[in-house]
This record gives sequence, C-alpha cells and structure tokens, in this order.
Amino acid sequence: MPATRTPTSDTAARSGPGQGVAVTLSDLHRSYGSIRALDGLTLDIAPGEFVALLGPSGCGKTTALRVLAGLEDADSGRVEVGGQDITAVPTSARDMGMVFQAYSLFPHMTARQNVEFGLQLRRIPSARRRERVAEMLDLVELSDHADRYAHQMSGGQQQRVALARALAIEPQVLLLDEPLSALDAKVRVQLRDEIRRIQLEVGTTTLFVTHDQEEALAVADRVGVMRAGNLEQLASPHDLYARPATAFVADFVGLTNRLHAIAEGDHAILLGTSVPLLPGSTQRGPALLLIRPESIEVTADPTGRATVITVSFLGSTGRLHAVTDSGENVVAQIDNDAVATFYPGDKVTLVPRPNPALAVATAE
Amino acid sequence: MAEPPSTLASTGRKPVGALLGVVPFFAYTAIFLAIPTLIVVVGAFLDGSGRPTLGNLSALAQPQIVSAFVHSTVLSAVTALLGAVFGALLTYAVATARAGGLLRRLVTSLCGVLAQFGGVTLAFAFIATFSAQGFLTVWLMKYGIDLASTTWLYDWDKGLMLVYTYFQIPLMLIVFLPAVEGLRPQWREAAESLGGSTWNYWRHVAGPILAPSFIGATLLLFTNAFSAYATAAALISQGSPIIPLQIGGTLSSEVILGQENVGKAMALGMVAIVAVVMTLYVVLERRTSKWLGS
Amino acid sequence: MSLHATRRRRQAGFRWTVVGVIGLFFALPIFSMVEFTTRAPGGGRTLDTWATLFNFSVIDADYPELKTGILASAGLTVLTVTIMLFLLVPTMTWVRLRLPRLRRTVEFICLLPLTIPAIVLVVGLAPVYAWVAYFLGESSLWLALAYVILVLPYAYRALDAGLRAIDVKTLAEAARSLGAGWPTVMWRVILPNIRTAVLSAAFLSVALVLGEFTIASLFSRDNLQVAINLLGKRDGSLAIAAALAALVLAFIVLIAMSFVGTGRRSHRPEEN
Repeated sequence: MPATRTPTSDTAARSGPGQGVAVTLSDLHRSYGSIRALDGLTLDIAPGEFVALLGPSGCGKTTALRVLAGLEDADSGRVEVGGQDITAVPTSARDMGMVFQAYSLFPHMTARQNVEFGLQLRRIPSARRRERVAEMLDLVELSDHADRYAHQMSGGQQQRVALARALAIEPQVLLLDEPLSALDAKVRVQLRDEIRRIQLEVGTTTLFVTHDQEEALAVADRVGVMRAGNLEQLASPHDLYARPATAFVADFVGLTNRLHAIAEGDHAILLGTSVPLLPGSTQRGPALLLIRPESIEVTADPTGRATVITVSFLGSTGRLHAVTDSGENVVAQIDNDAVATFYPGDKVTLVPRPNPALAVATAE
Repeated sequence: MAEPPSTLASTGRKPVGALLGVVPFFAYTAIFLAIPTLIVVVGAFLDGSGRPTLGNLSALAQPQIVSAFVHSTVLSAVTALLGAVFGALLTYAVATARAGGLLRRLVTSLCGVLAQFGGVTLAFAFIATFSAQGFLTVWLMKYGIDLASTTWLYDWDKGLMLVYTYFQIPLMLIVFLPAVEGLRPQWREAAESLGGSTWNYWRHVAGPILAPSFIGATLLLFTNAFSAYATAAALISQGSPIIPLQIGGTLSSEVILGQENVGKAMALGMVAIVAVVMTLYVVLERRTSKWLGS
Repeated sequence: MSLHATRRRRQAGFRWTVVGVIGLFFALPIFSMVEFTTRAPGGGRTLDTWATLFNFSVIDADYPELKTGILASAGLTVLTVTIMLFLLVPTMTWVRLRLPRLRRTVEFICLLPLTIPAIVLVVGLAPVYAWVAYFLGESSLWLALAYVILVLPYAYRALDAGLRAIDVKTLAEAARSLGAGWPTVMWRVILPNIRTAVLSAAFLSVALVLGEFTIASLFSRDNLQVAINLLGKRDGSLAIAAALAALVLAFIVLIAMSFVGTGRRSHRPEEN
C-alpha cells in the first residue's frame, strides 16, 4: 500500500540538528573487470530529502552508496555535497553517517560507547558528549539499553543504536545500506517507519538502499529504480507505481499483468475496452499492456470469456486469478467481501479500468 | 583392546546397559591417563618407601631445580612473545590476502605442518644450519662472521630459543587467524565514516577486539614451549637447564637416595603451571567468542 | 581518486614483504638440511648420502637401528590409528546416541592430554608400563597404548566435527528399525558417513606418531625419531637426511589430509 509523499524542499522550516545539504552524483562509472557496476549514474538529492535506491542485486545501488560514502572509488564522475566536489576526499573527512546491513556496531563497546565514538573522535568535551549521546539514544528509544553490548540486543535494537551513532555526529548526509534486510518481517516494518520518523525530525539528507520495493515506496520522498548500473526511473512512490516509465519498473514495483492488446496511438484496446497509454509506450500494433490487478474489474457472468482459477482472501483485500478464453493468465484485485462469491470454474467478465498503463512491443 | 558395544547394549533400554557401551573408553583412559596422572600427583607426596612426605616438594628448592623452572619460564615466555609478535604480523599479512587465494591457502597449510614439526627433526635442521659445519655458519665465515666460536646453538637461552620460535610462529598463525578473520569490514568502514583514521581504528576498535585473542594465543604458545621435551633433548646433550630435561633425567639416570619421587614433584609443578595458564586461556577465549560471534 | 587502490597496493607490498622475510627464515633450515646432506668430501655436490638412505640392503646391514626404528614406527602408526578408531568412534557415537549427558565428560577426558605434557605423562606411565611389559612383553609396539592418549585431543576434535555434521541419531534409528545390529550400524551406516573425519583423525595421528620422541626415548624403546637421534651420534649426514625424509613424509601426510575433504567429490556415483 504505497504511501504518497511530496518531495520536501523547505528545510529552512525544520528545526533541530543536522540541516540537510544537497547531494549530486554526476555520471559515475565503476567497473570490476568486465562487470559494470555503475554505468553513468546521475542523481540529485535535494536538501533534507529521503531518496531510496531500489533494484535487484547487482544493479549497482550499493556501489553508488559506497562511492558517495567514499568507501569505494569511482572510475570517473563527480560527487558533490553541499555544492563542493568531494570526489577526492577520504571517507573519514566526508562527515557522513552510515548504517550497514549487518555487524553495524562495535562488538566490544556498549550502545552508549558506540554512539559516543564519533563524538570522541571529534574531541567534543565530555559533558556535551554525554548530553548528545543521551539525546540520541532517546531519539531511537533505547535509553534503557545504553549499557548493553551488541550481542545482548536484538537485530532491530542494534540497527537503532547504529542509527543513533550515525546521527550523533550531525552528519551532512545519512547513508543506509539495506539496514532492514537482515531483520524479521515484522521488525522491518516497525523500524522503517521509525527511521522515517527520525529522519523527518532531524532533517538530514538521506540515501537509503534496498531491494524491497514495498519498503522503498513506504518511506521515501523519491525512489530511484536502478538496473545494470543506471537509473531506470527516479520519481515519487506514487508516480513510480502509477506511471512507470519502463517495463522493468512496472514489473519490479508492485504486481503487473502482461496482457495482449492492440496499441492505437494514445490508447490501446484490451479485452474490448480502450485504455489510455502512458508516455513511453509503444504506439502502434500488437503490444503487451502492463496493467495492475486493481485496474481490472471482475464481474460474475455466465457468458463471460474468462474462467476463475483461484480466489484468495488477503485480509483487507482479495485476489482473483483467472484465465481468458484466449489462454492468458490474469490477476485481478477484488473486494474482500466479494471473495466468497467466486468459485474456481466460474465464468467471469474482465473489464480494464481507464487508468493509464504502459504498453510494450510484444517482442520484449 | 576395546570391545565394540554390540552385544552389551542391544539388550536393554536400561541406563546400565547403555553405560556398558562406554566402559572400554573409560577403562582405557583410566589405565593410561588417569592412573599415570594420579601416580604423579600422589607420588609427589610420597617418599621412596611409600610414606607420605613433603620432602619432595622441599627438594624442589634445590638450586638446579629452581633455576630449571626459571629457565623454562623465561624460555617459554620469550619464545611465546617472539612467536606472538611475528606470528601476529604474519597472520595479519595473510588475513589481508584474498580468501581462498593461493597465498593464504599455502601459508595456512604450511603453518599447520610446521607447528607439528618439532623434536629431533627440528633440532637436526638447526644443527645443519648453525652448527660448526652448518650451512649458514660456513657461509657467514666467508664474510668474517664467526658463529662457530661458541656453542651458542646448544644454550637454552640462545640456540634453543631460536629453535623454539620455529614452531611457535606457525602455531600463532593457526590459533590467531580465526580471530583476525573475524574482524568485520563493516567495523573499519564504520570507524572511517565516523571520522576515524587508520590509527584510530586500530587503537579503539581492532586493537581492543583482538587483544584477548592475542593474549590467549600467547598463553597457548607459552604452555606449548613449557611442555616441550624432544627438541631440547635432541639439541642439548650436556646438562638439564630446563624442567622437562630435569624430569627426563630422573627417569634415565640414577637417583639419589631419598629423592626418588622428586621427578614426580617436578612433574606436578609443571602440570600446575600449565593448568593455570590453560585456564586463563579458556576464560579469554570464551570472552572473545561472544564478541566475534555477534 | 584512487585512495583505495593505493591502500590496497601498500597492503599487498606489506603482505609479500612479511611473508617473504618470514618465509626465508623458515626455508633456511630446510634448505640447510639439503645442503648439508649433499656435500661432497672435496667440495661440490653429491647424492651419496641420499643414495645410502634409500639403499635398503645397506641400511639393513650397516644401520640396523635405523631399520628397526622405521619398522617400529610403521607398526606404531598402524596400531595407534587402529586402537584410536576402535576406541573413539564407537564411544563417541554411543555417547551421542544414548548418553548425551556424558558428552562433556568424554570431551574433557579427550582434551585433558593437552594440559598434561608428554613428559609428565611419561613419569606416571613408567609404573604402568612395567605392568605392560610384564603382561605383553617389551616390544616397542606397545608404545601405541600411550600414543593413543597423546593423539586423543586431535582425533576427538576431528571426529567430533564429522559427527556433528551428520544426524547420527536419525541414521542409527533408521538402520536399527530395519533390523541392523549395532556392529552393522557402526560399520555400514555411521562410518561411511564420517569418512572424511576419520581420515583426518588418522592423518593427524600418523603425523604425531611419526614425530614422537619423548616417550619412546625415555622408555628406551625404538621408534623412528629415537633411531634418527642415535644415528646422529654416528653419522651426522645420514641422520640429517633421514630427518629430512621423515619431515617430508609428515608434510605429505598433512597436506594429503587437507585434500581429503575435496577428494570426496570425485567419488560421487554418477547419476543417470
């Protein structure tokens, strides 16, 4: 259930530590032997914005984050933070907070000492340090775990301490490398909302890498879908979902049906109904229409040209799987009340709703 | 000889029946491990006629025995430290190599072999190198460096020390490598991103994390050197400057009347020292596994 | 731009320097052994010493103690490995299956020899061996009884790793439910599945037995190392050659062990 968010631009109104700065990655290239991890990646992050990089493994999203952090060198391209070119600046001078997927915390230090680490390096006087550490642990709601070690905490707690540690130094940018991937499903959902809440409160520009599309859509201001070292699309979660620019994005984000249709300029004919086409669609001739389950209406109809295969009750909604007389599989969303009214073998009529969809040439 | 538990245990689920299956093992270890240990421990407090006495323990205060204990301790401590420092360097060098790569596999398996390499073979190898006709001695003679003028090779505090490092360094690698490999790259990266330099990382993160393992490994090296007999026996033909040789001496030479069981007292002393060090090692090891396991 | 490349290069430089220097230190004595044993009387090189070493009739005639030592060690390795396997494999399996509470005790006993140095054990074994000599004779082969104890920690760890990797309980129960007696279970079910661990334990035992000197020498028995040591008093060059040969043999045994794990793959039956 993608949340809609508008890109935030007004950071001046935000109070609290860590004002965000703008981040620009320009035309980054990075190859490992014959593998191109980054292939001309260009990305702009506005001050205080939360951008998620989403994609399958190997798409280069982690490489991009690590180049921004300075942990890896790009073969060519520029990294700018707050208007300054920091491409040649070593990691320790970049003033960025980082949370890793696993093994984030120093195992021989308590939570308090972990959070204090960056402050000690900056020679912050001890009184101010203690204050700041308490503030940060309070922010992540782990004040009573301050004297515990990593192995005494759950995965979720460890990541929260890691977040506190990263934010303690008031970084210009916050970098999160799949911080939730190693956690249980339930903890993942709770923690991602926490992270977003904290980020909004603190206002730091944030880059968040994940392979879980639901996660990215739920927390980010904008999501960049990456493939083979470059961005396929960078847009708000809503736009990414409702107006995918390429078939890859349409497939990767949410469920998609691929149904045969005929493209005619700015619309296509699917199952006898006209469906408007998104920009970037193929314009003429036979095509595959990438249409979401909730954009297909299902009605019981003895004369219908599709047959129900399975019906699933998903709690707040329902899903119906049918096959058309022409042999195509269709997944449609139905009301949870309606689930009980359909049985496998029933004849139904499928009618696409007039939501814009992407069409691709059938060769693809 | 051990009897397979076939017929004994197939009879019942009775605990007694099951216990019979381990009788061979316990009987064997009782005869060849428990009883000898008891003989040493008890015998240390008995005199030649089997009467209880503390005479053996007080005999330990004899100057040659005290100095043997001191020499053994010094020898073990020095070679443990040398082995630990150079071994740790080697371990770090190997750990930075690509996992599964040729260098790492080669060095690790060579060390596995060299750590077992001791005793007569090792002594002879060093004789071939450093003795009066040894390769290195002869070679250095050409440059005016005379190694043959003294019998340094056969001194416990010179030659023997050098020989011991030969198996201490590989042992260090074997014992310490898992700890070094346990250092997660994320810790270094986190330290860097928080503003730490390489020095900061080693001083505040890697150093403290590795310290218990390092100390533990050094302790292990200590007991290893302390217990060694064969190398010294093959190298040193005159005198018994270290404890293992003293103990060996009580078995092979004539014993002064009233001092028959001093050897056992020495052995007991040796076991006590080794046991204390090993306990410390186990304690340290348990602590690190908690950290590095997380 | 290439901060990391510089660091990696520096690391590689450090690595190769350290390994190189330490490697030299370790290669030196072994090289010296080769050099020492190939010296010709008037200068130059000769393989005479080595030729003598591998000339069995000469060894038999002129160096009988070396022959006795070699044969004794050969017998000792076989005997030690056999006793060790017959003692440990059934016991460890049995404890896993029926007496899990004894596991810690058995482990403690098996690791105890690490804390009791061989030299101490010898002192306590002397009276025991008097009885052994009384019942079984004075043969050097009975040293194997003590060697098994020395080998316990290493063999236990190797076998434990192997047993941990397979589900002993299920295998045994399945076999028993099909009617197998315990010997069959051990021999045909458990043992084949811990082949790698058994081979590891065996190799470690062989290496240890070949290198053992302390107990054999203090009990005035024969074995390879004792023989080499005695030979050293007579013919330095030949003794050093024998020592090097023994070392190389131990090398081969231990390196073979590191391939034992990977070797199994080649024995997998073909699937059609």
